Amino acid sequence: MLLAFDTSSAAVTVALADPLSGEIVASSTTVDALRHGELLAPAIAAALETAGCTAGDLTRIAVGVGPGPFTGLRVGLVTARTMADVLGIEVAGVCSLDILARQSSLTLPVAVATDARRKEIYWALYDGPAADGSRRRLEGPAVDRPAEVAHVLSGLPVIGRGAVLYAEALGVTEVDVAEYPSAEVLATGVATGTLDVVEPDPLYLRRPDVTMSARPKSVLPK
Amino acid sequence: MSSNAVMANEPLILGIETSCDETGVGIVRGQTLLADAIASSVEEHARFGGVVPEVASRAHLEAMVPTIRRACETAGIKPTDVDAVAVTSGPGLAGALLVGVAAAKGLALSLDKPLYGVNHLAAHVAVDTLEHGDLPKGCVAMLVSGGHSSLLAVEDITEGVLPMGSTIDDAAGEAFDKVARVLGLPFPGGPYVDKAARDGGDRLYVTFPRGLTSQRDLERHRFDFSFSGLKTAVARWVEARRRDGEDVPVNHVAAAFQEAVCDVLTRKAIDACKDRGFEHLLIGGGVAANSRLRVMAEERCSAAGIAVRVPRPGLCTDNGAMVAALGSELVRAGKAPSPLGLPADSSMPITEVLNK
Ligand SMILES: [Zn+2]
Repeated sequence: MLLAFDTSSAAVTVALADPLSGEIVASSTTVDALRHGELLAPAIAAALETAGCTAGDLTRIAVGVGPGPFTGLRVGLVTARTMADVLGIEVAGVCSLDILARQSSLTLPVAVATDARRKEIYWALYDGPAADGSRRRLEGPAVDRPAEVAHVLSGLPVIGRGAVLYAEALGVTEVDVAEYPSAEVLATGVATGTLDVVEPDPLYLRRPDVTMSARPKSVLPK
Repeated sequence: MSSNAVMANEPLILGIETSCDETGVGIVRGQTLLADAIASSVEEHARFGGVVPEVASRAHLEAMVPTIRRACETAGIKPTDVDAVAVTSGPGLAGALLVGVAAAKGLALSLDKPLYGVNHLAAHVAVDTLEHGDLPKGCVAMLVSGGHSSLLAVEDITEGVLPMGSTIDDAAGEAFDKVARVLGLPFPGGPYVDKAARDGGDRLYVTFPRGLTSQRDLERHRFDFSFSGLKTAVARWVEARRRDGEDVPVNHVAAAFQEAVCDVLTRKAIDACKDRGFEHLLIGGGVAANSRLRVMAEERCSAAGIAVRVPRPGLCTDNGAMVAALGSELVRAGKAPSPLGLPADSSMPITEVLNK
């Protein structure tokens, strides 16, 4: 059984699928940007129960590697890594923007833009779909202010939460329906080999925030 | 019955700790320590003079699987042998805690074993069972580190802990870090200040203030600590010296500062024991590794008829063994595990030993 999940967006999305056909046997999605840590494990347990199997039946794990808000993203990655290690199975990492691109039913090239907070978006550009539904990533993933990349994205249908939040700045004329990555699409794409697989390492795209501490301040009265 | 047979009946617990900058995975059977694997990101923080939360969280993710593997190898067990998984669910840095909690859930889920989300501070107390066996029926625990400075009354660690007092400003370990910086010593300050003091430092060279020890302060803050004034007094003293073009006797200042900290800590800890009628004082946290604190606590407690329990320095700092030790006590006491929806609670109250 293939277990897939993504925690790179405000959604916690989980799916169980046949590892060869990619046929979905259980899935769930909950949108709650602040509770990835609480929601993911119960959602996996519930999916296993719905499918009538146990963790021991898992043969492969697929996980979205972002980019996305770091804290939630890490919940998915550390869960995938520890489960896979103790079960002795492989983890397939997939760029979360690739998942979103696959969710588009359009036959055109598309752009993906997700919410990177701090008035920025994570974005990437994709070719039109091949016969098997796969899409080649042409640019990205990268993180920028919407205005800075508007010229790159202009004229393309834009998928993802970023398209909704920054429609005007991006000059979006056409918003595709998908706002968040779907674990069902992730599971099917990995099972059928139509999503590119990478190491399960987080795509942070930003350095950690560090407040440099200056020299000790004078404590003598002025 | 051989001791091995006894041991085999005891629960095998894996504990995960990620509340600050150490990724710790410990494995215990009953009260026997089998492994205590640690990966620290302290060097990545050193140049910032404090722990950077995002840097710590990233390091936890990278270190988690290798540290679990190392712990299992050292203990000579397979993950499937584990009877329960324990994890620090709070208090601590939210993002850092979350990595450990998610990893623990991944393990519990994969192994189909119960999950125990435990209190970091209570784990600092429980770790002593690995060194000295069952905790005494009733003791005062003094936890002193870079993150906490608390006096706790502990009757039964599996039931709860009663806070008696804590710092009203800086943690004791924080004061060590800040004074180290003033003296030009590296981060984290504790071990370096201790070493400088031992290198011929004169404890009586300067008398630095003892926070919250005046009669008036004792009325309101009998068991509370304050290290902010002490830290400022040291900084002032050093700066005045430098301004006058004089050398700063680092060893003497370190010793005198350390003396002030240890004096207040031991005085209040003993007073807390007397207040409760407890004959045992347990000391934990990174500052418990301080050599002067150990000696002074021994001397003063023995004079007061109080027995001191201090785990060895490696168990005093944050580690996975302490979490496994508390998990083991909870399993042995028959406590119900935490749900898979267990949150990471950065401000988990000390009265809560187990997150239900
Ligand atoms: Zn601690």
